[in-house]
Amino acid sequence: MLRHAWVIARKDLLLEFRSRTAFVSATVFAALVLTVFEFGRDPTAVATSDLAPSILWVTFTFAGMLALNRAFQLELENQALDALLVAPISRTSLYWAKLVANCIFVGVVEAIALPLFVLFFDVPVGGILLPLIGVIALATVGFIAVGTLFSAMVSRTRFAELMLPVLLLPFLVPPLIGAVQVTAQLLAGRPLSEGEGWLRLLAAYDVAFLTLATLLFPTTVNE
Amino acid sequence: MTIAQRGRWVSLVALIFLAGVYVRALVFTPEERTQGLAQKIFYVHVPAAWSAMLAMGLVGLASILFLMMKDYRYDRFAAASAEVGTAFSLVMLTTGPIWAKPVWGTWWTWDARLTLTLFLFFLFVGYQLLRGAVNETSLRARYSAVLGICGLVLLPFIHLSVYLFRTLHPMPIVLKPSAPSLPPSMLITLLSSFAVFTLLYIGFVMQVYGAAAARDAAVGGGR
Amino acid sequence: MLSADNLRHTFGAVRALDGISFSLPGGRTLALFGPNGAGKTTLLKVLAGLIKPEVGHAEVTGGRRAVGWIGHQSSLYGHLTVRENLLFWAQLYDLPAARARARVTELLGRLGMTDRADQPVRVLSRGLMQRVTIARALVHDPEVLLLDEPFTGLDLAAAGEFRRLLGELAGQGRIVVLATHNVDEGVELATDIAFQVRGRFVHFAPRAARNAGEIGEAYRRAVGNGEGGGGG
Repeated sequence: MLRHAWVIARKDLLLEFRSRTAFVSATVFAALVLTVFEFGRDPTAVATSDLAPSILWVTFTFAGMLALNRAFQLELENQALDALLVAPISRTSLYWAKLVANCIFVGVVEAIALPLFVLFFDVPVGGILLPLIGVIALATVGFIAVGTLFSAMVSRTRFAELMLPVLLLPFLVPPLIGAVQVTAQLLAGRPLSEGEGWLRLLAAYDVAFLTLATLLFPTTVNE
Repeated sequence: MTIAQRGRWVSLVALIFLAGVYVRALVFTPEERTQGLAQKIFYVHVPAAWSAMLAMGLVGLASILFLMMKDYRYDRFAAASAEVGTAFSLVMLTTGPIWAKPVWGTWWTWDARLTLTLFLFFLFVGYQLLRGAVNETSLRARYSAVLGICGLVLLPFIHLSVYLFRTLHPMPIVLKPSAPSLPPSMLITLLSSFAVFTLLYIGFVMQVYGAAAARDAAVGGGR
Repeated sequence: MLSADNLRHTFGAVRALDGISFSLPGGRTLALFGPNGAGKTTLLKVLAGLIKPEVGHAEVTGGRRAVGWIGHQSSLYGHLTVRENLLFWAQLYDLPAARARARVTELLGRLGMTDRADQPVRVLSRGLMQRVTIARALVHDPEVLLLDEPFTGLDLAAAGEFRRLLGELAGQGRIVVLATHNVDEGVELATDIAFQVRGRFVHFAPRAARNAGEIGEAYRRAVGNGEGGGGG
C-alpha cells in the first residue's frame, strides 16, 4: 500500500517539476502576500515583531490552499483518476499519495517563503530554527490532511476553486491559532516548552484528522 | 397526514409555547439586577445556541449512519437538520451582539463560545453550498456526510483553541454541581425555553425533511 | 470469466442499466453495440468496478488486477513522456522494473510508437495518444479487456494493427468487451454480439457466421423506432 502511495506521489511531484506552473505560482503568491503585508500595516503603530507570526501563517495557509486545489485537478486532466480507480491499488494509498505529495509541495514553498520572511521582516530565527521547523511541520500536516480530503471532493463539484477555501477555512482555525501562538513564543525568545498546551493541541488535531481523512477518503472516490 | 404537515403542527404548537415563554420571561420573571432588560434576550440566545448545536450534532450522527447504512433517509435528515441549524445559528448570531452591546459594551468579541457559534454558522453554510454544488444524488450524499462528520470533529478543536486563546464569556452558571446560582424563576423560564426551542427544531426539521422527501418521491424512486 | 447479474443503475431519471445479465467465458470477444446514451459506458464502468450498481452484481475472475480498461479519455498525464506514463501504470500493477521496461518497449514497437517514446504525451495527436492509451490498458497483460470506443481517432493502419492485437489476445483465451456505436468497427473480431438500448440487452447471441452487413441490418431493426441507428 505504501509503495503504491509513493509511486503516485512521485509521479505527482515529477509532473509538478515538469510543468512548474503551480509551484511557481504558489511561491510567487507567497512572496506577494509577504510584500502586501509589509505595506498593509502602519509601521509607526504596529511593530513588525508583533505581526510577524500572523504574517507568516497567513502566507503559509493561503499558499497551501493553492497547492491543494491542484492535487486532484491533475488527475482529471485526461480522466486519469478513472484508470487509477480501476488499478489494483487501495483508495487509502491514493489518499496517502496525495497527502505526501501535497506535504512535500507545500513544504518546499514554505522552505522558500521562510527565508523571504526572515529577510523582509528582519526576524531573528538563528537560534530557534529547529523548533520553528518542527512547529511548521506539525501545523502544516494537520491542515493538509483535511485539505487533501476536501480537495478530492471539490475537484468534482462546480466552482471547485471557490468551494475549497469556503469549506476549508474553518478547519484552518485550530492549526492556525496554535501555530501563530507557538511561533510568537519562539520569536519572543521563550522556550518551546512554554507552548506545550498548543503543541498538544496541534498534535491531537493532526492525529484526529489524519485518522478521520484516511477512513473517510474511500467514500469520496468510490462510485 | 404527511411528515411535513405534522411538522407544521409541531412548529405551530412550539411557536405558541414560545410566545408563552416570552410572556413569562417579560412579565413574570424578575429583571436581572446588573443587566436589566437586555438579559431577557438570554432566553432566546442560549436556547437558539442549544438548538444549533443539537442540529450540528445530529448532522454528524446522521452522516455517520448514512455512510454505514447507505440509507438516503439519513442524508435527507442531515440536510434538513443543517438547514434548520443555519437558521438557529443566525438567530444566535444576531441576538448575541444585541445582548453584548449594553452588557459588555461591544457588539462583538472573539470570545470562545461566540467564535464557536460563528464557525458553526460557517460550517452550516459550507455544508449547504457543497450540497448545492453537486448534482449527483449519491455523490452529494457522500460528500456532505464526509463534511458533516469532519465538522462535528472540528468543533471541539475550535472551542479548545479559541478558549486557550482568550475568553471573557459569562461562565456557565446553570450546570454548576452545587445549587445553581440562577434564581429558580429565571431557571424555570430558561429551561422551558430550552424545551420550546428543541420542539421548534423538531417541527422545522420535520417540515424540511417532509418537503425533501416529497420532492424526491416526485423525481422518482425515493432516492 | 466475466459475469453480470441483473445490473440496474440510474442517473437521476435516466435508466442507464435496466436489468442486464450475461456471462462470457475466456476466449470470447463481445461486441457491444448501442446508440449514444444506451448505457454502454455505464456497463463497462460497472464491469471495471468504477461504478457500484444500485442493484445487481458484476464479477471478473482475478478482480481489478485482471482488468485492462480504456475509457472515453486517455487517462494519461500530458506532462509525462509516453514511456514515463506507461512505466507509471506498470508500477501500479506491481510489475518488476526490468519486466516493466521490456513490456513497455515491446508494446511501443507493436503500436509503432518507438520513436515517440520520449515525447511528452501532450504534444501527440489524438490518434497517437489513443495508441498510447491502448498500450496503457495492455501494459499489465490483462485477462479481461474492457474497451469503450477504443478505435476513436485511430487511422486505418493503427486500427488494423489494434484489431490484430485484440485477435491475438482473444486467441490466448482472454476476454474482450468492445463497446462502440459503429457496427463496422468491431464486428469481425466478435464471437458474440449484444445490442444495448435504453439500459437493456435487446439482443445477445453468438455472432455465428453473420457478416457485418447482416448484423448492421439486425442492429438497425433492433434499435429502430427513431433511436437514431448507429449514428450520433
